[in-house]
Amino acid sequence: MDLQLNNITHAYGDMAVLEDINLTIGGGEIVCIVGPSGCGKSTLLRLIGGLERPGSGEVLLLGQPPKSSLNPLTYIFQDFALLPWRTVEGNVSLALEDHPLSKQESQEIINDVLSRTHLSDFKKALPRQLSGGMKQRVAIARALAVRPSVMLMDEPLSALDSQTRELLMEDLIDLWTRESFTAIYVTHNLQEAVRFGHRIVVLSRRPGRVREIVKIERELDDRGGDNAELDEVQHHLWELMRDEARAADRELLNG
Amino acid sequence: MADNRAETVPFRGGGFKHKPAVAVSMMVFVVLILFWEFGSRTGFISNLVLPAPSEAFTAFLQLIETDMLWKHLGASLQRLVLGWTFGTLLGVGVGLLIGLFSIVRAGLSPLVSALFAIPKIALLPLFIIWFGIGEGSKVATILFGTFFPTVIATYGGVDNVDRSLIRMGQSFGLTWLSIVRKIILPGALPAILSGFRISASIGIILLVAAEMIGAEFGVGAYILLAGSLMATDQLIAGVSILSLMGLTMAWIIGKAENYFLKWRM
Repeated sequence: MDLQLNNITHAYGDMAVLEDINLTIGGGEIVCIVGPSGCGKSTLLRLIGGLERPGSGEVLLLGQPPKSSLNPLTYIFQDFALLPWRTVEGNVSLALEDHPLSKQESQEIINDVLSRTHLSDFKKALPRQLSGGMKQRVAIARALAVRPSVMLMDEPLSALDSQTRELLMEDLIDLWTRESFTAIYVTHNLQEAVRFGHRIVVLSRRPGRVREIVKIERELDDRGGDNAELDEVQHHLWELMRDEARAADRELLNG
Repeated sequence: MADNRAETVPFRGGGFKHKPAVAVSMMVFVVLILFWEFGSRTGFISNLVLPAPSEAFTAFLQLIETDMLWKHLGASLQRLVLGWTFGTLLGVGVGLLIGLFSIVRAGLSPLVSALFAIPKIALLPLFIIWFGIGEGSKVATILFGTFFPTVIATYGGVDNVDRSLIRMGQSFGLTWLSIVRKIILPGALPAILSGFRISASIGIILLVAAEMIGAEFGVGAYILLAGSLMATDQLIAGVSILSLMGLTMAWIIGKAENYFLKWRM
Protein backbone atom coordinates (compact mmCIF):
# COMPACT_ATOMS: atom_id res chain seq x y z
CA MET A 1 0.00 0.00 0.00
CA ASP A 2 1.33 3.40 -0.98
CA LEU A 3 0.50 6.86 0.26
CA GLN A 4 0.05 9.79 -2.05
CA LEU A 5 -0.18 13.42 -0.98
CA ASN A 6 -1.76 15.75 -3.50
CA ASN A 7 -1.42 19.53 -3.15
CA ILE A 8 -1.69 19.52 0.61
CA THR A 9 -2.21 23.03 1.92
CA HIS A 10 -3.06 23.76 5.51
CA ALA A 11 -3.53 26.78 7.72
CA TYR A 12 -4.34 27.41 11.37
CA GLY A 13 -6.62 30.42 11.22
CA ASP A 14 -4.79 33.02 9.13
CA MET A 15 -1.44 31.35 9.56
CA ALA A 16 -0.49 29.18 6.60
CA VAL A 17 1.60 26.26 7.81
CA LEU A 18 1.86 24.02 4.74
CA GLU A 19 1.66 24.89 1.09
CA ASP A 20 1.25 22.63 -1.88
CA ILE A 21 2.94 19.47 -0.67
CA ASN A 22 3.10 16.62 -3.19
CA LEU A 23 4.68 13.33 -2.25
CA THR A 24 4.35 9.60 -2.84
CA ILE A 25 5.55 7.15 -0.24
CA GLY A 26 5.60 3.39 -0.17
CA GLY A 27 7.41 0.17 -0.97
CA GLY A 28 9.35 -0.31 2.21
CA GLU A 29 11.03 3.04 1.89
CA ILE A 30 11.84 5.41 4.72
CA VAL A 31 11.15 9.05 3.98
CA CYS A 32 12.61 11.57 6.38
CA ILE A 33 11.03 14.99 6.64
CA VAL A 34 13.32 17.72 7.91
CA GLY A 35 12.87 21.45 8.18
CA PRO A 36 13.36 24.39 10.52
CA SER A 37 11.23 24.48 13.64
CA GLY A 38 7.64 25.53 13.08
CA CYS A 39 7.67 24.55 9.41
CA GLY A 40 4.73 22.21 9.83
CA LYS A 41 6.58 18.87 9.85
CA SER A 42 4.48 17.44 12.65
CA THR A 43 1.30 18.93 11.22
CA LEU A 44 2.05 17.17 7.95
CA LEU A 45 2.40 13.88 9.80
CA ARG A 46 -0.91 14.42 11.59
CA LEU A 47 -2.58 15.12 8.24
CA ILE A 48 -1.10 11.96 6.75
CA GLY A 49 -2.38 9.76 9.57
CA GLY A 50 -5.84 11.32 9.61
CA LEU A 51 -5.54 12.99 12.99
CA GLU A 52 -6.24 16.31 11.31
CA ARG A 53 -8.05 17.27 8.12
CA PRO A 54 -6.04 19.18 5.50
CA GLY A 55 -7.35 22.62 4.55
CA SER A 56 -7.17 21.60 0.92
CA GLY A 57 -5.63 18.80 -1.08
CA GLU A 58 -5.89 15.13 -0.24
CA VAL A 59 -4.03 12.21 1.24
CA LEU A 60 -4.71 9.06 -0.77
CA LEU A 61 -4.17 5.44 0.10
CA LEU A 62 -3.21 3.60 -3.08
CA GLY A 63 -4.11 -0.05 -3.03
CA GLN A 64 -5.46 -2.17 -0.21
CA PRO A 65 -3.42 -2.59 2.94
CA PRO A 66 -2.53 -6.26 3.54
CA LYS A 67 -5.23 -8.18 5.41
CA SER A 68 -2.95 -8.86 8.34
CA SER A 69 -2.53 -5.14 8.98
CA LEU A 70 -4.67 -4.13 11.96
CA ASN A 71 -3.91 -0.42 11.81
CA PRO A 72 -2.39 0.56 8.45
CA LEU A 73 -1.21 4.02 9.53
CA THR A 74 0.44 3.81 12.92
CA TYR A 75 2.17 6.55 14.88
CA ILE A 76 5.19 6.58 17.11
CA PHE A 77 5.05 9.73 19.20
CA GLN A 78 7.82 11.89 20.55
CA ASP A 79 6.41 11.69 24.09
CA PHE A 80 5.86 7.89 23.85
CA ALA A 81 2.18 8.19 24.83
CA LEU A 82 2.17 5.13 27.08
CA LEU A 83 -0.63 4.59 29.57
CA PRO A 84 1.09 4.98 32.96
CA TRP A 85 -1.39 2.61 34.64
CA ARG A 86 -0.66 -0.27 32.28
CA THR A 87 2.35 -2.55 32.25
CA VAL A 88 4.59 -2.90 29.20
CA GLU A 89 2.52 -5.87 28.12
CA GLY A 90 -0.73 -4.05 28.81
CA ASN A 91 0.33 -1.07 26.74
CA VAL A 92 1.05 -3.27 23.75
CA SER A 93 -2.15 -5.19 24.25
CA LEU A 94 -4.16 -1.93 24.26
CA ALA A 95 -3.62 -1.63 20.51
CA LEU A 96 -4.92 -5.17 19.95
CA GLU A 97 -7.94 -5.25 22.25
CA ASP A 98 -10.40 -3.73 19.81
CA HIS A 99 -9.60 -6.32 17.14
CA PRO A 100 -11.18 -9.76 16.88
CA LEU A 101 -8.17 -11.76 18.05
CA SER A 102 -8.19 -14.76 20.35
CA LYS A 103 -6.35 -14.45 23.66
CA GLN A 104 -3.69 -16.77 22.35
CA GLU A 105 -3.23 -14.87 19.09
CA SER A 106 -2.75 -11.55 20.84
CA GLN A 107 -0.40 -13.12 23.38
CA GLU A 108 1.68 -14.47 20.50
CA ILE A 109 1.81 -11.06 18.84
CA ILE A 110 2.76 -9.42 22.14
CA ASN A 111 5.53 -11.93 22.82
CA ASP A 112 6.83 -11.56 19.29
CA VAL A 113 7.03 -7.76 19.28
CA LEU A 114 8.46 -7.62 22.79
CA SER A 115 11.23 -10.00 21.85
CA ARG A 116 11.94 -8.03 18.67
CA THR A 117 12.35 -4.87 20.76
CA HIS A 118 14.35 -6.68 23.48
CA LEU A 119 11.65 -6.11 26.09
CA SER A 120 10.73 -9.69 26.97
CA ASP A 121 12.18 -9.35 30.47
CA PHE A 122 10.17 -6.21 31.18
CA LYS A 123 6.66 -7.44 30.42
CA LYS A 124 5.29 -6.63 33.87
CA ALA A 125 7.12 -3.34 34.38
CA LEU A 126 5.18 -0.07 34.61
CA PRO A 127 6.21 2.89 32.44
CA ARG A 128 7.46 4.90 35.43
CA GLN A 129 10.04 2.17 36.08
CA LEU A 130 11.49 2.47 32.57
CA SER A 131 14.06 4.85 31.13
CA GLY A 132 13.13 7.05 28.19
CA GLY A 133 14.77 4.70 25.73
CA MET A 134 12.87 1.72 27.08
CA LYS A 135 9.61 3.64 26.98
CA GLN A 136 10.13 4.43 23.32
CA ARG A 137 10.93 0.75 22.71
CA VAL A 138 7.55 -0.11 24.22
CA ALA A 139 5.91 2.40 21.90
CA ILE A 140 7.75 0.84 18.95
CA ALA A 141 6.64 -2.63 20.06
CA ARG A 142 3.06 -1.37 20.30
CA ALA A 143 3.30 0.03 16.78
CA LEU A 144 4.78 -3.19 15.39
CA ALA A 145 2.00 -5.21 17.05
CA VAL A 146 -0.67 -3.81 14.74
CA ARG A 147 1.46 -4.57 11.66
CA PRO A 148 1.26 -1.13 10.07
CA SER A 149 1.64 -0.56 6.35
CA VAL A 150 3.18 2.82 7.04
CA MET A 151 4.81 3.91 10.29
CA LEU A 152 4.41 7.57 11.08
CA MET A 153 7.27 8.57 13.35
CA ASP A 154 7.07 12.00 14.94
CA GLU A 155 10.55 12.84 16.24
CA PRO A 156 10.70 9.49 18.02
CA LEU A 157 14.21 10.02 19.38
CA SER A 158 14.05 13.71 20.25
CA ALA A 159 13.14 13.20 23.90
CA LEU A 160 16.12 10.92 24.52
CA ASP A 161 19.73 11.58 25.41
CA SER A 162 22.31 11.17 22.67
CA GLN A 163 23.58 7.75 23.74
CA THR A 164 20.12 6.27 23.99
CA ARG A 165 19.32 7.88 20.67
CA GLU A 166 22.24 6.10 19.06
CA LEU A 167 21.23 2.73 20.52
CA LEU A 168 17.64 3.12 19.45
CA MET A 169 18.65 4.20 15.98
CA GLU A 170 20.66 0.99 15.66
CA ASP A 171 17.62 -0.96 16.84
CA LEU A 172 15.39 0.76 14.28
CA ILE A 173 17.83 0.03 11.47
CA ASP A 174 18.07 -3.54 12.67
CA LEU A 175 14.28 -3.89 12.67
CA TRP A 176 14.06 -2.45 9.18
CA THR A 177 16.86 -4.66 7.83
CA ARG A 178 15.20 -7.79 9.13
CA GLU A 179 11.78 -6.90 7.80
CA SER A 180 11.50 -3.73 5.78
CA PHE A 181 8.62 -1.38 6.52
CA THR A 182 7.49 1.89 5.01
CA ALA A 183 7.93 4.85 7.31
CA ILE A 184 7.68 8.59 7.38
CA TYR A 185 10.18 9.90 9.87
CA VAL A 186 9.86 13.49 10.98
CA THR A 187 12.93 14.93 12.66
CA HIS A 188 14.86 18.12 13.14
CA ASN A 189 18.05 16.13 13.54
CA LEU A 190 19.90 16.00 10.21
CA GLN A 191 22.21 13.24 11.39
CA GLU A 192 19.24 10.98 12.08
CA ALA A 193 17.82 11.87 8.70
CA VAL A 194 20.91 10.84 6.73
CA ARG A 195 21.25 7.74 8.86
CA PHE A 196 17.71 6.45 8.46
CA GLY A 197 16.26 8.03 5.32
CA HIS A 198 16.16 6.62 1.83
CA ARG A 199 14.77 9.94 0.77
CA ILE A 200 14.98 13.17 2.71
CA VAL A 201 12.36 15.81 2.11
CA VAL A 202 13.54 19.28 3.06
CA LEU A 203 10.75 21.68 3.93
CA SER A 204 11.14 25.43 3.86
CA ARG A 205 10.22 27.57 6.83
CA ARG A 206 6.58 28.42 7.43
CA PRO A 207 4.54 28.01 5.32
CA GLY A 208 6.29 24.71 4.65
CA ARG A 209 6.95 23.88 1.02
CA VAL A 210 9.04 21.07 -0.36
CA ARG A 211 12.41 22.69 -1.09
CA GLU A 212 14.32 19.68 -2.19
CA ILE A 213 14.18 15.91 -2.01
CA VAL A 214 17.55 14.27 -1.42
CA LYS A 215 18.01 10.60 -2.23
CA ILE A 216 20.58 8.43 -0.49
CA GLU A 217 21.33 5.14 -2.25
CA ARG A 218 23.56 3.55 0.37
CA GLU A 219 21.99 0.69 2.36
CA LEU A 220 20.83 1.53 5.90
CA ASP A 221 23.03 -1.09 7.57
CA ASP A 222 26.04 0.32 5.76
CA ARG A 223 25.73 3.83 7.16
CA GLY A 224 27.39 3.45 10.54
CA GLY A 225 30.67 5.08 11.54
CA ASP A 226 32.33 7.91 9.66
CA ASN A 227 31.20 8.21 6.15
CA ALA A 228 32.30 11.00 3.83
CA GLU A 229 29.33 10.58 1.53
CA LEU A 230 26.79 10.93 4.35
CA ASP A 231 28.68 13.83 5.85
CA GLU A 232 28.46 15.58 2.56
CA VAL A 233 24.72 15.00 2.31
CA GLN A 234 24.28 16.25 5.86
CA HIS A 235 26.35 19.31 5.06
CA HIS A 236 24.25 19.94 1.96
CA LEU A 237 21.04 19.66 4.01
CA TRP A 238 22.38 22.12 6.54
CA GLU A 239 23.32 24.56 3.76
CA LEU A 240 19.76 24.32 2.51
CA MET A 241 18.30 24.91 5.91
CA ARG A 242 20.64 27.31 7.64
CA ASP A 243 19.20 30.59 6.46
CA GLU A 244 15.66 29.31 6.80
CA ALA A 245 16.35 28.10 10.30
CA ARG A 246 17.85 31.44 11.25
CA ALA A 247 14.91 33.34 9.82
CA ALA A 248 12.49 30.97 11.55
CA ASP A 249 14.31 31.46 14.83
CA ARG A 250 13.95 35.23 14.61
CA GLU A 251 10.28 35.11 13.78
CA LEU A 252 7.85 36.34 16.41
CA LEU A 253 5.46 33.66 17.51
CA ASN A 254 1.91 34.24 16.34
CA GLY A 255 3.27 37.33 14.62
CA MET B 1 48.37 32.15 48.30
CA ALA B 2 49.80 28.76 49.18
CA ASP B 3 47.31 27.84 51.85
CA ASN B 4 47.08 24.08 52.12
CA ARG B 5 44.28 23.83 54.61
CA ALA B 6 41.61 21.32 53.52
CA GLU B 7 38.06 21.75 54.67
CA THR B 8 34.96 19.82 53.75
CA VAL B 9 32.48 21.90 51.86
CA PRO B 10 29.78 22.74 54.42
CA PHE B 11 26.49 21.01 53.71
CA ARG B 12 23.80 23.50 52.76
CA GLY B 13 21.18 21.31 51.14
CA GLY B 14 18.17 19.60 52.65
CA GLY B 15 16.10 21.59 55.09
CA PHE B 16 12.81 21.81 53.26
CA LYS B 17 12.33 18.09 52.91
CA HIS B 18 9.70 16.37 55.05
CA LYS B 19 10.68 13.36 57.09
CA PRO B 20 8.03 11.02 58.48
CA ALA B 21 7.66 11.40 62.24
CA VAL B 22 4.75 9.28 63.47
CA ALA B 23 5.88 9.58 67.07
CA VAL B 24 5.42 13.36 66.97
CA SER B 25 1.84 13.11 65.70
CA MET B 26 0.99 10.69 68.50
CA MET B 27 2.80 12.82 71.05
CA VAL B 28 0.78 15.93 70.19
CA PHE B 29 -2.45 14.04 70.81
CA VAL B 30 -1.25 12.48 74.02
CA VAL B 31 0.24 15.69 75.44
CA LEU B 32 -2.84 17.69 74.55
CA ILE B 33 -5.20 15.22 76.22
CA LEU B 34 -2.97 14.86 79.28
CA PHE B 35 -2.78 18.64 79.64
CA TRP B 36 -6.55 18.89 79.31
CA GLU B 37 -7.11 16.12 81.92
CA PHE B 38 -4.60 17.73 84.26
CA GLY B 39 -6.24 21.14 83.80
CA SER B 40 -9.69 19.74 84.61
CA ARG B 41 -8.51 17.90 87.68
CA THR B 42 -6.73 20.88 89.15
CA GLY B 43 -9.67 23.13 88.38
CA PHE B 44 -7.58 25.21 86.02
CA ILE B 45 -10.12 24.36 83.34
CA SER B 46 -13.60 24.74 84.81
CA ASN B 47 -15.84 21.72 84.44
CA LEU B 48 -18.57 24.02 83.23
CA VAL B 49 -16.47 25.14 80.31
CA LEU B 50 -15.08 21.79 79.29
CA PRO B 51 -15.49 18.35 80.86
CA ALA B 52 -12.39 16.27 81.48
CA PRO B 53 -11.44 13.76 78.80
CA SER B 54 -11.94 11.00 81.33
CA GLU B 55 -15.54 12.12 81.84
CA ALA B 56 -16.14 12.15 78.12
CA PHE B 57 -14.65 8.71 77.96
CA THR B 58 -16.95 7.52 80.73
CA ALA B 59 -19.89 8.88 78.79
CA PHE B 60 -18.63 6.94 75.81
CA LEU B 61 -18.38 3.74 77.86
CA GLN B 62 -21.91 4.36 79.07
CA LEU B 63 -23.01 4.50 75.47
CA ILE B 64 -21.49 1.09 74.89
CA GLU B 65 -22.93 -0.41 78.06
CA THR B 66 -26.45 0.73 77.31
CA ASP B 67 -26.08 -0.58 73.75
CA MET B 68 -26.99 2.87 72.50
CA LEU B 69 -23.71 3.27 70.63
CA TRP B 70 -24.68 0.78 67.94
CA LYS B 71 -28.16 2.23 67.63
CA HIS B 72 -26.82 5.73 67.09
CA LEU B 73 -23.84 4.72 65.01
CA GLY B 74 -25.85 2.22 62.96
CA ALA B 75 -28.52 4.78 62.11
CA SER B 76 -25.87 7.37 61.18
CA LEU B 77 -23.76 5.01 59.11
CA GLN B 78 -26.78 3.78 57.21
CA ARG B 79 -27.74 7.34 56.24
CA LEU B 80 -24.17 8.27 55.43
CA VAL B 81 -23.44 5.19 53.34
CA LEU B 82 -26.70 5.42 51.41
CA GLY B 83 -26.44 9.16 50.78
CA TRP B 84 -22.76 9.16 49.99
CA THR B 85 -22.87 6.10 47.72
CA PHE B 86 -25.75 7.36 45.60
CA GLY B 87 -24.47 10.94 45.67
CA THR B 88 -21.02 9.98 44.43
CA LEU B 89 -22.29 7.41 41.91
CA LEU B 90 -24.64 9.96 40.38
CA GLY B 91 -21.93 12.59 40.66
CA VAL B 92 -19.37 10.51 38.80
CA GLY B 93 -21.98 9.68 36.15
CA VAL B 94 -23.06 13.26 35.58
CA GLY B 95 -19.44 14.46 35.81
CA LEU B 96 -18.46 12.03 33.06
CA LEU B 97 -21.35 13.16 30.87
CA ILE B 98 -20.32 16.79 31.34
CA GLY B 99 -16.70 15.89 30.65
CA LEU B 100 -17.47 13.91 27.52
CA PHE B 101 -20.35 15.66 25.77
CA SER B 102 -20.29 19.32 24.79
CA ILE B 103 -24.07 19.57 24.82
CA VAL B 104 -24.37 18.22 28.35
CA ARG B 105 -21.56 20.52 29.43
CA ALA B 106 -23.24 23.55 27.96
CA GLY B 107 -26.52 22.58 29.58
CA LEU B 108 -25.48 21.38 33.00
CA SER B 109 -22.21 22.93 34.06
CA PRO B 110 -23.66 26.41 34.81
CA LEU B 111 -26.50 24.70 36.69
CA VAL B 112 -24.03 22.68 38.74
CA SER B 113 -22.04 25.80 39.59
CA ALA B 114 -25.22 27.61 40.61
CA LEU B 115 -26.46 24.79 42.85
CA PHE B 116 -23.07 23.87 44.29
CA ALA B 117 -22.86 27.14 46.18
CA ILE B 118 -26.18 26.63 47.97
CA PRO B 119 -25.68 25.23 51.49
CA LYS B 120 -27.73 22.05 51.40
CA ILE B 121 -28.64 22.56 55.06
CA ALA B 122 -30.68 25.56 53.98
CA LEU B 123 -32.70 23.24 51.76
CA LEU B 124 -33.39 20.76 54.53
CA PRO B 125 -36.93 22.07 55.23
CA LEU B 126 -37.71 21.64 51.54
CA PHE B 127 -36.27 18.13 51.55
CA ILE B 128 -38.48 17.32 54.53
CA ILE B 129 -41.53 18.44 52.56
CA TRP B 130 -40.41 16.47 49.50
CA PHE B 131 -39.03 13.32 51.05
CA GLY B 132 -40.73 13.18 54.45
CA ILE B 133 -39.40 13.76 57.95
CA GLY B 134 -38.00 10.24 58.16
CA GLU B 135 -34.95 8.76 56.50
CA GLY B 136 -35.71 10.17 53.04
CA SER B 137 -34.91 13.81 53.79
CA LYS B 138 -31.72 12.91 55.67
CA VAL B 139 -30.37 10.68 52.94
CA ALA B 140 -31.38 13.25 50.33
CA THR B 141 -29.47 16.01 52.11
CA ILE B 142 -26.29 13.93 52.12
CA LEU B 143 -26.91 12.78 48.55
CA PHE B 144 -27.24 16.32 47.22
CA GLY B 145 -24.35 17.56 49.30
CA THR B 146 -21.95 14.91 48.01
CA PHE B 147 -23.27 14.96 44.45
CA PHE B 148 -22.03 18.41 43.42
CA PRO B 149 -18.42 18.27 44.58
CA THR B 150 -18.15 14.84 42.92
CA VAL B 151 -19.51 16.19 39.65
CA ILE B 152 -16.99 19.00 39.67
CA ALA B 153 -14.06 16.75 40.63
CA THR B 154 -14.99 14.23 37.95
CA TYR B 155 -15.32 16.56 35.02
CA GLY B 156 -12.21 18.42 36.12
CA GLY B 157 -10.44 15.06 36.08
CA VAL B 158 -11.74 14.23 32.61
CA ASP B 159 -10.62 17.64 31.34
CA ASN B 160 -7.15 17.03 32.71
CA VAL B 161 -6.56 13.66 31.08
CA ASP B 162 -3.42 13.89 28.96
CA ARG B 163 -4.60 14.84 25.45
CA SER B 164 -1.65 13.04 23.88
CA LEU B 165 -2.92 9.75 25.32
CA ILE B 166 -6.35 10.31 23.82
CA ARG B 167 -4.75 11.17 20.47
CA MET B 168 -2.74 7.95 20.74
CA GLY B 169 -5.93 5.98 21.35
CA GLN B 170 -7.55 7.57 18.31
CA SER B 171 -4.49 6.91 16.17
CA PHE B 172 -4.67 3.21 16.99
CA GLY B 173 -8.31 3.16 15.95
CA LEU B 174 -9.69 2.38 19.42
CA THR B 175 -13.44 2.63 19.69
CA TRP B 176 -14.98 5.56 21.53
CA LEU B 177 -16.00 3.31 24.38
CA SER B 178 -12.50 1.86 24.67
CA ILE B 179 -10.98 5.32 24.85
CA VAL B 180 -13.41 6.32 27.60
CA ARG B 181 -12.99 3.07 29.54
CA LYS B 182 -9.25 2.50 29.16
CA ILE B 183 -7.82 6.01 28.86
CA ILE B 184 -10.20 8.68 30.16
CA LEU B 185 -11.59 6.89 33.22
CA PRO B 186 -8.27 5.72 34.65
CA GLY B 187 -6.76 9.09 33.80
CA ALA B 188 -9.51 10.91 35.70
CA LEU B 189 -9.42 8.52 38.66
CA PRO B 190 -6.90 10.47 40.77
CA ALA B 191 -9.12 13.56 40.62
CA ILE B 192 -12.26 11.50 41.30
CA LEU B 193 -10.70 9.92 44.38
CA SER B 194 -9.58 13.25 45.78
CA GLY B 195 -13.15 14.42 45.17
CA PHE B 196 -14.26 11.46 47.33
CA ARG B 197 -12.14 12.77 50.18
CA ILE B 198 -13.93 16.09 50.09
CA SER B 199 -17.38 14.60 49.66
CA ALA B 200 -16.82 12.24 52.60
CA SER B 201 -16.25 15.13 54.99
CA ILE B 202 -19.16 17.06 53.53
CA GLY B 203 -21.26 13.94 54.03
CA ILE B 204 -20.45 13.79 57.75
CA ILE B 205 -21.16 17.48 58.24
CA LEU B 206 -24.54 17.18 56.54
CA LEU B 207 -25.32 13.98 58.38
CA VAL B 208 -25.14 15.75 61.73
CA ALA B 209 -27.12 18.71 60.46
CA ALA B 210 -29.85 16.46 59.08
CA GLU B 211 -30.01 14.37 62.24
CA MET B 212 -30.57 17.46 64.32
CA ILE B 213 -34.09 17.67 62.87
CA GLY B 214 -36.51 14.92 63.73
CA ALA B 215 -34.20 12.00 64.33
CA GLU B 216 -34.59 9.62 67.23
CA PHE B 217 -31.26 7.89 66.73
CA GLY B 218 -28.03 8.94 65.16
CA VAL B 219 -24.82 10.56 66.34
CA GLY B 220 -26.22 13.98 65.43
CA ALA B 221 -29.36 13.37 67.47
CA TYR B 222 -27.25 12.20 70.40
CA ILE B 223 -25.12 15.35 70.24
CA LEU B 224 -28.19 17.58 69.98
CA LEU B 225 -29.79 15.95 73.01
CA ALA B 226 -26.55 16.17 74.98
CA GLY B 227 -26.29 19.84 74.05
CA SER B 228 -29.79 20.71 75.13
CA LEU B 229 -29.23 18.93 78.48
CA MET B 230 -25.87 20.67 78.84
CA ALA B 231 -24.32 17.21 79.18
CA THR B 232 -21.02 18.37 77.82
CA ASP B 233 -19.30 15.05 78.52
CA GLN B 234 -21.72 13.31 76.18
CA LEU B 235 -21.33 16.10 73.67
CA ILE B 236 -17.57 15.62 73.57
CA ALA B 237 -18.03 11.85 73.31
CA GLY B 238 -20.40 12.34 70.35
CA VAL B 239 -18.08 14.76 68.60
CA SER B 240 -15.20 12.32 69.07
CA ILE B 241 -17.26 9.62 67.37
CA LEU B 242 -17.74 11.95 64.39
CA SER B 243 -14.04 12.65 64.30
CA LEU B 244 -13.30 8.91 64.31
CA MET B 245 -15.80 8.42 61.49
CA GLY B 246 -13.95 11.04 59.47
CA LEU B 247 -10.60 9.41 60.18
CA THR B 248 -11.94 6.00 59.17
CA MET B 249 -13.34 7.30 55.90
CA ALA B 250 -10.08 9.07 55.10
CA TRP B 251 -8.24 5.83 55.86
CA ILE B 252 -10.51 3.80 53.58
CA ILE B 253 -10.11 6.28 50.74
CA GLY B 254 -6.36 6.28 51.33
CA LYS B 255 -6.37 2.50 50.95
CA ALA B 256 -8.41 2.80 47.78
CA GLU B 257 -5.92 5.33 46.42
CA ASN B 258 -3.02 3.03 47.23
CA TYR B 259 -4.76 0.23 45.40
CA PHE B 260 -6.09 2.03 42.32
CA LEU B 261 -3.22 4.46 41.87
CA LYS B 262 -0.35 2.04 42.40
CA TRP B 263 0.99 3.13 39.01
CA ARG B 264 1.60 6.65 40.31
CA MET B 265 3.89 5.89 43.24
